[in-house]
Amino acid sequence: MHRVNRLSFQGTHRFASGFELDAAFETSTQVTALFGPSGSGKTSLLYMIGGLLSPQTGSIQLGQTVWFDAKRGIDIKSELRHVGFVFQDHLLFPHLSVERNLMFGRRRRRGRPVAIDPARVIDVLELSELLDRYPRKLSGGEKQRVALGRALLSGPELLLMDEPLAALDEALKDRILTYFQRVLAEWHIPTIYVSHSAAEVRRVADRVVVLEQGRVTQCGSPEDLLLPNYSSF
Amino acid sequence: MWSLSPDEWLALRLSFQVALCAVLFSLPAAVVTGYVMARWQSRFKWLLEVVVNLPLVVPPVVTGLLLLVCFAPSGPVGSFLENRLGVRIVLTWWGAAIAAAVVSFPLMVRAIRLAFQAVDPRLEMAARSLGAGRLDTFVNVTLPLARSGLLAGCVLAFARSLGEFGATIMVAGNIIGETQTIPLAIFSAFNRPGAEAEVWRLAGISVALAALALLLSEWLERRHASREST
Repeated sequence: MHRVNRLSFQGTHRFASGFELDAAFETSTQVTALFGPSGSGKTSLLYMIGGLLSPQTGSIQLGQTVWFDAKRGIDIKSELRHVGFVFQDHLLFPHLSVERNLMFGRRRRRGRPVAIDPARVIDVLELSELLDRYPRKLSGGEKQRVALGRALLSGPELLLMDEPLAALDEALKDRILTYFQRVLAEWHIPTIYVSHSAAEVRRVADRVVVLEQGRVTQCGSPEDLLLPNYSSF
Repeated sequence: MWSLSPDEWLALRLSFQVALCAVLFSLPAAVVTGYVMARWQSRFKWLLEVVVNLPLVVPPVVTGLLLLVCFAPSGPVGSFLENRLGVRIVLTWWGAAIAAAVVSFPLMVRAIRLAFQAVDPRLEMAARSLGAGRLDTFVNVTLPLARSGLLAGCVLAFARSLGEFGATIMVAGNIIGETQTIPLAIFSAFNRPGAEAEVWRLAGISVALAALALLLSEWLERRHASREST
């Protein structure tokens, strides 16, 4: 069992729309799923962990590193948190080839060598045929594999995956999950996995945090919890 | 009938020189202003909107008058430039370039702002999460994705600068070979008996250049739209 840094999150945010997020959880397992229906605040919570959105109160800490503390005025910039985002709609840079997309984060980690070997990532995710192509010439599944590779190669201490399979059809979901499991088996990077699909969560997560209307309602292992199947809308 | 006289060649060359300088002057400011207008959310955005678009609706002659007051050797900016740097703006082609830059600025900002608005802000977020700082993200993600729109803005501003008349004649005067651009040459020829052929030649050139510039900027925008769609 690999030792995993404890992530602790406590944060509130009142949005202009009136929606209020007020959530707290801790986790130190390899894959933690943030599970809940659309509009429950999962993505906002993930953005807060990754530094793309600041909570109005609270604190966020990974291991000994404080990323955010409203009382002490600490808010580490996203680019210094060393997290690897995989977004629902891949968000590959359309003007860069697959190879340059993959190396985008790695090149920017100077002074902090990334232990993950690009050749190995390209091998595990089967990307060698795609390197010279541009994102617009890739299929949905290929895009998501490149996005996963790009996040990995930035040497993240934490992978943040925002419904990475939601835009794919059923057959493809299964294949990409297999790639994802290969990646976990190879590199053991702690991951927060946002999803509204109970099947996905049961397959990948060691621990589930259930979020409903901006609040954590349950926490536990996927076997112990009764997970409803939320639709995507 | 169709061959240009030496003075007409001079006017044509000067027009290109003035328009090119005007575009280069205003590009950095237009990029910053365009980006701010595309991304900034504030109650005071309308104020910026009004200030930036003012030269579009104020009579160019008035813009020229204000510039003249500013850049005259006795004016606030003009006295500094003349005494400290020994540079004179008024009645030189530099004056014509500054007048053209100010008048074409709103058009350039408009195109550049649209180009930035078309860049998904979440791509910038992705870049930040991958370790790129603000400036790094802007230079390596936002700017390249907006480049066709930026170019279109430059072409449009260039075309507008070629046609600048009102502000130019106030600031730079109408000196052959020094500040007489195509529109000023047309005006002079029009007031000179027996120069109808010259008027029509220069007018024809103006229309052709304007049409060419619009075609080019349209093509750039279309290319942009088709290429970046994924």
